Amino acid sequence: MSADMPKITYIEYGGREHRVEVPLGRSVMRGAVENNVPGIDADCGGECACATCHVYVDEGWLGVTGTPTPGSQEASMLSFAALGQPNSRLSCQLKVSEALDGLIVRMPEGQH
Amino acid sequence: MSPPLDNAVHTKADSIPLDSIDVSDPRLYQDDVWYPYFARLRHEDPVHYCRASLYGPYWSVTKYKDIMQVEVNHQVYSSASELGGIAVEDQPKDMDRPSFIRMDPPRHDEQRMVVSPVVAPGNLANMEGLIRERTGRVLDGLPRNETFDWVDRVSVELTTMMLATLFDYPWDDRRQLTYWSDVAIANVRSPESPVHSEEEKFAELTKMAEALGKLFQERAQLPPKFDLLSMLAHGEATRNMPFREFMGTLSLLIVGGNDTTRNSMTGGLMALNEYPGEYQKLRDDPTLIPGMVSEIIRYVTPVIHMRRTAKEDSEIGGKTIKKGDKVVMWYVSGNRDPEAIDDPDNFIIDRPRPRQHLSFGFGIHRCVGNRLAELQLRILWEEIMQRYPVIEVMGPATRTYSNFIHGIRSLPVRIPA
Repeated sequence: MSADMPKITYIEYGGREHRVEVPLGRSVMRGAVENNVPGIDADCGGECACATCHVYVDEGWLGVTGTPTPGSQEASMLSFAALGQPNSRLSCQLKVSEALDGLIVRMPEGQH
Repeated sequence: MSPPLDNAVHTKADSIPLDSIDVSDPRLYQDDVWYPYFARLRHEDPVHYCRASLYGPYWSVTKYKDIMQVEVNHQVYSSASELGGIAVEDQPKDMDRPSFIRMDPPRHDEQRMVVSPVVAPGNLANMEGLIRERTGRVLDGLPRNETFDWVDRVSVELTTMMLATLFDYPWDDRRQLTYWSDVAIANVRSPESPVHSEEEKFAELTKMAEALGKLFQERAQLPPKFDLLSMLAHGEATRNMPFREFMGTLSLLIVGGNDTTRNSMTGGLMALNEYPGEYQKLRDDPTLIPGMVSEIIRYVTPVIHMRRTAKEDSEIGGKTIKKGDKVVMWYVSGNRDPEAIDDPDNFIIDRPRPRQHLSFGFGIHRCVGNRLAELQLRILWEEIMQRYPVIEVMGPATRTYSNFIHGIRSLPVRIPA
């Protein structure tokens, strides 16, 4: 069935790319963790409670992923992440769908 | 740690009536006998109401997932100093010392963001060389074949140096910072406490705020630099703090910046001595150190609990929490919850998912210095393993009389010649 799975590209801070198939409905964070992609710690396990699965969404994909709703838990956690940018997201909050097939995310210098 | 507890402790924990269990008693932590009480609560009454304690009635939240639920809901579970703050024991009303850990958004957020860059990844990379060089020097100076106190010679020394650097504090006076840290966390009812009343504690912390206030004023006149006092002095949200808030903020940064890491530095060595098989794994493969550091932090759980106050009626684990109730999240218990962590009572340096523990808290108040703490511990163990394959614990540790900071006051050790 893997042919049907959306493909996500994770780019490490150093530039190394990982192209991974992630099942529909999984989070982008899980996709990294389950495929041993380094650079995403996910200390809280996907509860939107730690900001250690921080990624930068490729500019071309921001229209699809959107940005966190102001005042939401994600926006609040991201506001404390070091190195936040306008295209920052917590990857535990990005659910993989067909629309995200081809998504590109980049890792920050470090998770904090 | 998890020493084999004598049967009397188990029997007592298992036989006293459920509603007379009061896990806020600091003796449980000083005597290191808290385990069976929480095991029973997790099993029989995971969200437990204690009607009467020295600190008044309070709820205990003992399971990992219930603690997480409280952590992420700061709208309902407040940290505000005015409501009582973050410890089961309130600070006396006329002497309370607010700081961002004792605030809710938006003020919490504004103040936290002033100091967080000092412990962000970029700055940590800058500090790594300095920390390594100092750690090596402290380790090289240790005696051989002679019993000495690991806490004083290593844990306090290294964390005090770190603190002096973070504050850019006069180097030769740096142990003053450690003293204030000990004052700030002191339980004034303990005979070993450096202060013996809340008034005396307030007076000593006033001296701290005056001494550091002088440096703060000087740095306010100078261009901003990358130390905590300068950052506070130039930060929009922090440069005009009322005096008691300044006291509270300094206490927070001093305690957070050293005491927790100090106790992990000691607790890790104890754990390795309790589990010789794990110590051997470490000798065989020092690349296990980063995962071991997380496991040490989980196993030691340097902060015993955090408290919140309910701002409205709510439900946790099927129990109704009323507006105004004190809700205590017992991190020591959540970190031993077998539903969240496999084989949680054992120290396992290569366990899977070692970063998933509660020791740093979660949500908006998650420990801002967590990465610095991990860095210091990683460097410490890397440098130890370069020099000393064996460090023996020679006798029991003495512990702090506190239900909040999981402190280790002394630990006799010996490095074989």
